[in-house]
Amino acid sequence: MEPAGLAWVLISSALVLFMTPGLAFFYGGMDRRRNVLNMLMMNFYCVLAVPVLWMVLGYSLAQVPFENDFIGGFDSFLLGDISEAGDGGTLATIAFLGMFAAITPALISGAVAGRMKFAAWAVFVPLWLFIVYVPVFKSVYGGWLGQRGSLDFAGGTAIHVNAGIAALAAVLVLGRRRVDPAPPHSMPLVMIGTGILWFGWFGFNAGSALNANGQAAQAFMNTFLAGAAAGLAWVLTEWIRDGKPTNLGAASGIVTGLVAITPAAGYVSGTAPIVIGAIAGVVSCYAVRLKTKLRYDDALDVVGVHFVGGLVGSLLIGFFSNPKFFGAEFGAGLFYGGDTRLLIEQAIANGAAIAWSFILTFVIMKVLDLTMGVRAEVQVELTGLDLALHSENAYHD
Amino acid sequence: MRLITAIIKPFKLDDVKDALKAANVTGITVTEVRGFGRQGGHIETYRGAEYKVDLIPKVRLELVVEDTVADRVVEVIVKSAGTGKIGDGKVWITDVSRVVRIRTGEEGRDAI
Repeated sequence: MEPAGLAWVLISSALVLFMTPGLAFFYGGMDRRRNVLNMLMMNFYCVLAVPVLWMVLGYSLAQVPFENDFIGGFDSFLLGDISEAGDGGTLATIAFLGMFAAITPALISGAVAGRMKFAAWAVFVPLWLFIVYVPVFKSVYGGWLGQRGSLDFAGGTAIHVNAGIAALAAVLVLGRRRVDPAPPHSMPLVMIGTGILWFGWFGFNAGSALNANGQAAQAFMNTFLAGAAAGLAWVLTEWIRDGKPTNLGAASGIVTGLVAITPAAGYVSGTAPIVIGAIAGVVSCYAVRLKTKLRYDDALDVVGVHFVGGLVGSLLIGFFSNPKFFGAEFGAGLFYGGDTRLLIEQAIANGAAIAWSFILTFVIMKVLDLTMGVRAEVQVELTGLDLALHSENAYHD
Repeated sequence: MRLITAIIKPFKLDDVKDALKAANVTGITVTEVRGFGRQGGHIETYRGAEYKVDLIPKVRLELVVEDTVADRVVEVIVKSAGTGKIGDGKVWITDVSRVVRIRTGEEGRDAI
């Protein structure tokens, strides 16, 4: 790896790490005051456990050898095949991808908020990492889905659709909260979290070029524009529909736009990020209401934001992909001289990821429920998870 | 001695405090509280979902005064806390049998 590229990937890795505390604040602010520390802990646990698991085996199974279609191998167990630092490119890539592996299960925590046993979460994260995340990641990048021609620049399918549909499976096993949902306990915390997420997302998307080049710069621009356009679209939609523009609408829209542009970040240009962001913002603004109609308790709208936003962005690649702009060889979208092939491949890749993730997440949760139980006891849920599970209290006098 | 307790709108606290100071009251205790009365609650909207907030924030004032000035203090509070709209709150008087100043051990009117 060239020194400039290496510098950018290392900085991007740190930016992506910062997204997990950002996500923790984003979710924690939306939760009740008596559960906020549990929410933060579920997120921070992912940056405690996953880096270690990633070094031990995760990277090896996800990446090595590249030739394998479905799952990697054991060649890089304990990074055993890396005997020298070299130019740093391999190590930087391992670190960068490890950050992604850490934040992906953390995304699911928002759905199960306020009622899951922490012990069950502590076991769920490693199981989910190896059984769901790694195979999906490997299939999308270099595996059979990627080889068919589908595109996923920074993890729309592999991360957001994957975690979003897993969140749905998880709450179906976990069940609804015992008390009615409450309004966010701290909107300022939600807004700080949103700012941190957006900041970190520049590393997430532009860093995924794994180089300092034009594609990285365009991905950076797209991250900037899609977040703004989707925030604007969400706020305008609710302003017209519900009568008032809200902070939570702005925050939700920004995150939705960032999710939607993630798969497309290095493949689209010009006004495409604005269009993709705006479409995702409007669609998700309506999608978050599905849970009340369909009666599943996705506490902080992981399905409505990450699954729906990721799916919209990934499918829109089939329209907006523009290889000529990047001087690169990848499928062209319908608006840029391509045929329907790319769109179909996008649909197949997401369909496969959805099926794998939903079914296996459901199985993992069921097995955990039958063995250790996933649901916190009534008294724990009612007194608050912070005090009952962590012996801590977020707000003292 | 009398304990005067008042529940008022939070934004009227400064007005009430200034009016009580002007009326030579020597001290008050203020607590942030929540409750409901005739005013009822309000609706908040998050991601298009409506949440009914029926316990709304109020401020509780407490002060102990001599019997002779209790009624006048109530008048001051009623006048300074009122807006004429629903939810202005209430004020009531309770008999107090004993008051002690902790630092000196003084009792009764010396402790106020």
